[in-house]
Amino acid sequence: MSIETPAAKAGPFAHEPVSIPRTMGLVMLALLPATLFGIVQFGWPALYLFVATILAAILAEAASLRVAGKPVRPYLMDGSAILTGWLLAMTLPPWAPWWIGAVGSLLAIVVAKQVFGGIGQNLFNPAMVARVALLITFPLEMTSFTVPTPLFSAHAPGLLESLAITFGVQGFDAFSGATVLGHVRTELGQGHALSAILPEVFGSVSGAVGTVAGSMGETSALLLLGGGIFLIYKRIISWHIPVTMMGTIAVLATVMHLVDPEHYTGPYYHLVSGATLLGAFFIATDLVTSPVTRLGQIIFAAGCGLLVYVIRTWAGYPEGVAFAVLLMNACTPLIDHYVKPRVYGRDRRGQPIEYADDAEVQS
Amino acid sequence: MSTDTDTKPKTNWGQIAADGFWGNNVVFAQLLALCPLLAVTGTATNGLGMGLATTAVMVASGLLIALIRNLVTPEVRIPIFILVIAVLVTLVDLAMNAWLHDLHKILGLFIPLIVTNCAILGRAESFASRNPVGASAFDGLMMGVGFTFTLVVLGGFREIIGSGTLFANASLLLGQGMSFLEMTLIPDYRGFLLAILPPGGFIALGFILAGKRLIDTRIAEAKKRQDAGAQALAS
Repeated sequence: MSIETPAAKAGPFAHEPVSIPRTMGLVMLALLPATLFGIVQFGWPALYLFVATILAAILAEAASLRVAGKPVRPYLMDGSAILTGWLLAMTLPPWAPWWIGAVGSLLAIVVAKQVFGGIGQNLFNPAMVARVALLITFPLEMTSFTVPTPLFSAHAPGLLESLAITFGVQGFDAFSGATVLGHVRTELGQGHALSAILPEVFGSVSGAVGTVAGSMGETSALLLLGGGIFLIYKRIISWHIPVTMMGTIAVLATVMHLVDPEHYTGPYYHLVSGATLLGAFFIATDLVTSPVTRLGQIIFAAGCGLLVYVIRTWAGYPEGVAFAVLLMNACTPLIDHYVKPRVYGRDRRGQPIEYADDAEVQS
Repeated sequence: MSTDTDTKPKTNWGQIAADGFWGNNVVFAQLLALCPLLAVTGTATNGLGMGLATTAVMVASGLLIALIRNLVTPEVRIPIFILVIAVLVTLVDLAMNAWLHDLHKILGLFIPLIVTNCAILGRAESFASRNPVGASAFDGLMMGVGFTFTLVVLGGFREIIGSGTLFANASLLLGQGMSFLEMTLIPDYRGFLLAILPPGGFIALGFILAGKRLIDTRIAEAKKRQDAGAQALAS
């Protein structure tokens, strides 16, 4: 007799294969819409920078693996280096010169990942380490943003002109524009009121769609949100980190906005601006550098959200997602020390669970 | 290392030199004195100046502490050692301020802070208080040379990456005659600020420590091979 029901074809223990290449591939797939949007919006220079950053990441990974005496091909094919380069490129100013991306990839792969022992061993998120190091080291290049010049539009640079922008010796000085976060921060610092600043730079539609100046892959809030929901649907990430992180930011922003609406921007502004969505869905959720347990993840993400808001509002930089994630990465071992997963057959404190009928069986 | 001073052990000068410079190097092996190491090694010249000042203190403190080692009772030895070191550091500080004023301005607070350099008290406690005068002074010298070597390597490393020069301002320390040392290795370099900032110091130190381990492993392997070869010949 043959069993034909679909459920019976595989045993109950069989499950969909989980592998590093699959996880990385799905994350890249989720990033793709926002990336394409960024490339279309900022033109060929963004594409060149994107390619240069990823190529540098692959080369750095291959070189490190060779030096470490590990097999190059299998480790390289797991896609983690490509994803690191990809995430780094998403957070760079789209018209940054190629060597920004290359140096960043080198820092991310060599200093932040391979030195710790390669994939799964790193304490800090490699892409964010690179971004912070670049920001501190090359403040000029890392804060020169461009206003959107969509591909094939009148002001967009052509293929060759773009080569000069990305690979040329001279930087560019046309089309520069501040990010929304940077602009608002500067104006607030000069004592202007929000009601005077916000309307000209920030609209609820442009903020969500992403037709504003900003890092290459961070502007489109809607596409990043879509990618994030896709990842949750595919169970690559759980909802705990993104929801808690965005929730913390939103709550803080709401409270402060209610206290003084002329000084503190509202929750919607904080959620769609800067790297909030990219950070919440794609960066803070990094499996290696976030806590293991659900409760730990919630603590971790709340810390990220708190730090993002504090840095954006009171600290020296207009954007703080990278700093916040790195600081909370440093706390991850501590969180994992205090919030441990329950061991099977034991309660949360590690004591064996006593069942009521145990005694009856023994007697 | 001998701890018995009364039986006049033979002083192994070669061993002291090798320990101080490499095997028991203040930074590479003991991981002491990291504060001045990371704070002043933005350039090779600063590292050299700091290293020389520390060496002077180490030689003199080794000498003095070995001289008085039999007079000081164990209960009060630490305060006495600190006093001796503090006096020496003050002398070095004043001397540098007088004759190397520009360098003193750059190194600033870190010269007086040599007194808190745990490596100096460490050598006083573990070597000078148990060994004869000559050996102690020599130990101080070799520890100082090893420390200076580390500071210059790290300073050079960070300076080349950070600002593309090597031994910038060397004439401040060594006089106009040595200004040929000042090199610009990478013209029109934009500078890599991270390397000069404290985190860059930690990262560079990490790589240099890894380099030292690599060299040690290679040496050990070569020695093993040599021994195996010798055994094969003997049998």
